[in-house]
Amino acid sequence: MSAPPAPLLRLEGIEKRYGPVHALRGADFTLYPGEVHALLGENGAGKTTLMQVADGLVRPDAGTIRVGDAERPALTPGEARRFGIGMVHQHFTGIPAFTVAENVALATGWPVSPGPLRERVRHAAEQIGLPLDPDVRTGRLSVGLKQRLEIVKAVAADARILLLDEPTAVLAPAEVAELLDVIRRFTASGGAAVLITHKLDEALAAADRVTVLRRGKVVLRALRGDLDPAGLAAAMIGGEPVVRSAASIRQQADEPAAIRAEALEVARESGYGLALRQGSLEVRPGEIVGIAAVEGNGQRELLRAVAGRVLPLRGRLQVAGPVAFIPEDRISEGLIPELSLTENVVLGSGREEPWMRGGRIDWRAAERYTAELLRAYDVVAAGPRAPASSLSGGNQQKVVIARELSRRPRVVVAENPTRGLDLRATAGVHARLREAAEAGAAVLVHSSDLDEVLELATRVLVVSRGVVAEPPSGEAASREEIGAMMLAGA
Amino acid sequence: MPRRAWVIAGTAVGLGLAVLAAGLSLAGYDAGAALAALWTGAFGSWYAFTSATLVRAVPLILIGLGIALGFRAGVFNIGAEGQFYAGAIAATWVGLHVGAMPAALAISAVWSAALLAGACWVAVPVGLRMRYGVLEVISTLLLNFVAEALVSFVVQGPLQERQGIYPQSDPIALSARLPFIPGTRLHVGLFLALGCAGVLWYLFARTRWGFNLRAVGAGPRAAEVSGRIDSRRVTAQALLASGAIAGLAGGVEVTGVSYALYQNLSPGYGFTAIAVALLARLHPLGVVAAGLLFGALEAGAGAMQRDAGVPAVAVSVVEAVVLLVVVIAAAGVQRIGLVGAARARRRAA
Repeated sequence: MSAPPAPLLRLEGIEKRYGPVHALRGADFTLYPGEVHALLGENGAGKTTLMQVADGLVRPDAGTIRVGDAERPALTPGEARRFGIGMVHQHFTGIPAFTVAENVALATGWPVSPGPLRERVRHAAEQIGLPLDPDVRTGRLSVGLKQRLEIVKAVAADARILLLDEPTAVLAPAEVAELLDVIRRFTASGGAAVLITHKLDEALAAADRVTVLRRGKVVLRALRGDLDPAGLAAAMIGGEPVVRSAASIRQQADEPAAIRAEALEVARESGYGLALRQGSLEVRPGEIVGIAAVEGNGQRELLRAVAGRVLPLRGRLQVAGPVAFIPEDRISEGLIPELSLTENVVLGSGREEPWMRGGRIDWRAAERYTAELLRAYDVVAAGPRAPASSLSGGNQQKVVIARELSRRPRVVVAENPTRGLDLRATAGVHARLREAAEAGAAVLVHSSDLDEVLELATRVLVVSRGVVAEPPSGEAASREEIGAMMLAGA
Repeated sequence: MPRRAWVIAGTAVGLGLAVLAAGLSLAGYDAGAALAALWTGAFGSWYAFTSATLVRAVPLILIGLGIALGFRAGVFNIGAEGQFYAGAIAATWVGLHVGAMPAALAISAVWSAALLAGACWVAVPVGLRMRYGVLEVISTLLLNFVAEALVSFVVQGPLQERQGIYPQSDPIALSARLPFIPGTRLHVGLFLALGCAGVLWYLFARTRWGFNLRAVGAGPRAAEVSGRIDSRRVTAQALLASGAIAGLAGGVEVTGVSYALYQNLSPGYGFTAIAVALLARLHPLGVVAAGLLFGALEAGAGAMQRDAGVPAVAVSVVEAVVLLVVVIAAAGVQRIGLVGAARARRRAA
């Protein structure tokens, strides 16, 4: 083998603690020019934190960052930009009130005169292979387009190193292929990309090199040719068995429906036009009804109307209470990151909760209860007083689910309940939803991952262009049949 | 401003006048005569328009621009009244000592002093925010009371007129007084206000500095993550500039209207200007229009009291209703979507 080229980026012995949580324990990472490098690991393994160290967003407690000729104990965001490092975050980091062009100018420092800027941004986006309308207000973009903007921003700012945090979590399969194309083209011209992911197949499909992180340490490094799925999986989860619950749903067909919707119409969240035009469905206790839909077809509005978060404009809707709602964005909607876990559990609780004494909150009781929940749902946290922001994404989601399901709901509404979660956490969420159904709740769940819908649901409905429809072959509907229905209206 | 902003502003003003008329009728006044007097006082003649409406609009526009600048950057300067007074004190003090200078130099000196004094007055909240994270909403507001007390002190102490009888200063030197536009009592400070609006519009729309300022206001975290903006610095600059402009307005008022310092020099310009900025949706050119409107209301109020016997403060009803409508409209933008949804449904049907 010839001598390898000089690395573009090298992280050595990176340490980071958040209070009692030891997020990175001497992690090493090397990135060579021209490669797509998958950084693989479970939720909370430290993948994102490690890359945020490279991006200048997190200051490590110890370790060295070598980039180009420089050697630093830490970078600032400005330095990272100057060294050509750009990160595409899992959560959108631009300014919603700005146009696409303005957000690009913010990242690149391009002159801000509207006319020339617009053309330059349009041109750059096309050049990169991810066309964007420069004049759209960013807040109106779909999640997928926002991510596209993030990539355009980074590349347009002359990034040579692209760090992508779970980039495929918000994309449809066709978009994933398109994204991988763009990344390939980027690395072919001398750049390098890091793909943060917990999906084995994605790492196998896209990466030239893989680094596996577990509990803040690198446990495996491998080149494309040496990859073996079983070995990777074992490295990721450390040989512990993955919990999978069998689908043993008790059918209670004779009971009246807990959710009954007839001809619902719901406005778009942005306010313009109808998202849901024809929403009729029934869900009986014990059922898990899966909603299959391509993003932006009205499934979000349907779920939110059923959960009582949005008022339908028209139609009849009967929902048995209490309703548990597991929103898709746990950081902005599921939890208040600044508040403690106990406070988050108390959030939205009614007078029937054990810690409510008349109008008074018994915080000690609430704390005991939260501690129990954390144990029962296997949440990795410093304790009930820890702020929600100190938890990893997977553990935050567990807290949301624990809170919602512990209220003994008769109806459970869940939007992408496993988005961004690893295999084990996903299996755990599935098991909890099944338990809830077995205990007699009517469960309505949507996932943008069709396989997840098929795996979880006892019955599948398709929402396409704002219309809810049942596959003609009912419970026996095949993946292909459902897929065709999802795309038919789009 | 986009069309919707004009619609909201028009609705707000119409509703405000309607509420005023209804209130006056209930109180037994002749609402028609009162509104007619309001109109005549503000727009009834060229003289009324220039010498009453525009004269009052100048400080409102200037201060409103400063406030809009701060709000755009996400800093809430509620202390323009205090900064205005700081500027007025400095302007008076300098204005008393520039008799020997040519007019251009004298006026520049006075205005510079006012600008600087406004910036210095707001420097305290800036420091408190940078060093200790004290909210500028509170610190700037509280400094208003300090500034008013300071005016009260200096006009009975160091700056009191020579005879020592009245609580006011001597008139400033002739060379420091602004020329009038012929045939009116309107001073050339109007051009300064209009110029400032143009400059600010250009800064926001075309320059990096204005862009960074808007970015920090709209998304401080994103601005920071971009690695190109020091949000603390931008915030400090915006607040300082905001105070400086309010201070300048104080200087303009002294050199163009009052020629002396006294208590209640400002009929609450610093507060009314917040309404001006909000009505304009923080758009610099909108501030000119909104400043004109509120200037007209202030001017008309005097005429209303004189000619229809209605207390001038009744006009605050209009100002308050306008502000409420604008704030509600801003909050209701999300809900306005429902209108769009209804329209879409009609189209579909």
